Amino acid sequence: MATHTEADGVTRRDFLYVAGGAFAAVGAAAAAWPLIDQMNPSADVLALSSTEVDLSNIEVGQSITVMWRGKPVFIRHRTEEEIAEAAAVNVASLPDPQTDAERAVRPEWLIMVGVCTHLGCVPLGQRGDYNGWFCPCHGSHYDTSGRIRKGPAPLNLAIPTYEFLNDTTVKIG
Amino acid sequence: MASSTYEPKNRFIKAVNQQLPILSLIHGAVGAGYRAPKNLNYWWNFGSLAGVCLVVQIITGIVLAMHYTPHTSLAFASVEHIMRDVNYGWLLRYIHANGASMFFIVVYVHIFRGLFFGSYRNPREVLWFLGVIIYLLMMATGFMGYVLPWGQMSFWGATVITNLFSAIPVVGDSIVAWLWGGFSVDNPTLNRFFSLHYLLPFVIVGVVILHIWALHIPGSNNPLGIDVKGPQDQVPFHPYYTAKDAFGIGVFLLLFAFFVFYAPNYLGHPDNYTEANPMVTPPHIVPEWYYLPFYAILRAIPDKLGGVIAMFSAILILFAMPWLDGSPARSARFRPIYRMLLWVFVADTFLLGYVGAHAPDYIVHIGGVEIPCLILGQAATAFYFLFFLVIVPVVSRWETPLPLPKSINEAVLKKSAAKA
Ligand code: HEM
Ligand code: FES
Repeated sequence: MATHTEADGVTRRDFLYVAGGAFAAVGAAAAAWPLIDQMNPSADVLALSSTEVDLSNIEVGQSITVMWRGKPVFIRHRTEEEIAEAAAVNVASLPDPQTDAERAVRPEWLIMVGVCTHLGCVPLGQRGDYNGWFCPCHGSHYDTSGRIRKGPAPLNLAIPTYEFLNDTTVKIG
Repeated sequence: MASSTYEPKNRFIKAVNQQLPILSLIHGAVGAGYRAPKNLNYWWNFGSLAGVCLVVQIITGIVLAMHYTPHTSLAFASVEHIMRDVNYGWLLRYIHANGASMFFIVVYVHIFRGLFFGSYRNPREVLWFLGVIIYLLMMATGFMGYVLPWGQMSFWGATVITNLFSAIPVVGDSIVAWLWGGFSVDNPTLNRFFSLHYLLPFVIVGVVILHIWALHIPGSNNPLGIDVKGPQDQVPFHPYYTAKDAFGIGVFLLLFAFFVFYAPNYLGHPDNYTEANPMVTPPHIVPEWYYLPFYAILRAIPDKLGGVIAMFSAILILFAMPWLDGSPARSARFRPIYRMLLWVFVADTFLLGYVGAHAPDYIVHIGGVEIPCLILGQAATAFYFLFFLVIVPVVSRWETPLPLPKSINEAVLKKSAAKA
């Protein structure tokens, strides 16, 4: 095969090198992807994603912790004072501004993932400077709406997707 | 570097060695064929001790894996089975658990030796980088190993450390889910940690081989930090340093055995004898002692991403040492001001370790003054970075070193003449 040289010095062979190399790189990336993606949550883990909870036994001022996707979820039947305290806060002053209404569909029921948004410990209930939750690991304080008020955690305690199936049953996930 | 060649007497050995020169290789690496400075002191024992630790961990680890089950419902029980039922299981597990601590003690001393005598300086930068890589791999291996018994500290340590990656903007949460293989630390996490905990020590073996290869190009540094000028400055590695290393190993094994037989749980945490419970975090979670200084740095910064960056920088900054230090002399022996500050730095790392072991609001009494651990940790963190970013670059360039001896040989002869 005669080497065909263009005016700018680029040969047909140069083109073949680049095309061949690029093809090999795409192939290597395609082969690497299954090796990386196998570590992501598998189908059965993804499937286990909803839990139904009966609320009829939880008195005002009581909380329960249920397991959802391997994580604790706090369900608290809040008192009038707690609801009032949560609503009275000046939202603009919060590190992660959110109103209490955005966080609780029904004000008496606060439902949130019990995992500290700092590094994942489980905060203790009705403790800390704001009467809400306190994380013992590195000292984060959350208020009665589960919003971060003080300490290293950057965000409010997460709210899972949930819906009330009737007045005493909630479906999380 | 003049080195004798290997000439076996036995005809059979000679023939094998000719076709596969492995004996020549050993002779040149740790035998009479490798010539080392004749003034190496006991600080130079810690490299071979690290090698011994690595071998001990691999042997005991492989045996433990024969009895261990990497499943969340069985892991804790299988470790208890090893402790109670398996013949000598308690011994093997205590050796492996305390062996990790011994390994870190040895490597910390080994790194300090490098910092003190300037072993990271030209022509040994690559050797130093490989060392830091080994250290990073050791930290990853130790962390994943501690998760395997599936106690409360295992679980919550794994949760906190993997969550460090959630501080990364945008992709943080996806990375964490990828590390976990789920929505929390769970069975997929335990399984992969077991797989990697088995693999990484062999990766370390590979890097150690590169580390020793890189050592043998310039040869060992020495307490004077000056270059070898000729054969009069050296002795053959075997028998001189093989004997000295063997003596060091004997002393080291005494310490090791003390922990294994008399204080096997002293360096561990009692909460790890409680099975993992994803619903309850223990009131006070702490990592293994060898991570404590970095844990203190993490907590010193009141911002999530900032804390994580500070913690990783504290380790990675070791890579910059060859450029930070601009002194004309390698060894701190000839740099009295720098030497003093280096000891203050060592004290600072101990202080960080102390802070890391206590809750942030724990009050320390220093001569009647009450200081919360958090403040103490912030001061110690500030000094840690001040040391690397200001003290080392400035003091090394400003301080005039004491006069260096002309050669290793001369210094050694002068010293023995003074003794006589
Ligand atoms: C598994 C861990 C390690 C093993 C098995 C190992 C092994 C060794 C050995 C056998 C030597 C030669 C003997 C000696 O000088 O003491 C050596 C030298 C050296 N190591 Fe390591 N090492 C390890 C980790 C590290 C780490 C973490 C660092 C630093 C961050 C490091 C830095 C050095 C340096 C700078 C030298 C050259 C010392 C000199 O000649 O002055 N090593 N290592
Ligand atoms: S994990 Fe809650 S404060 Fe760090």
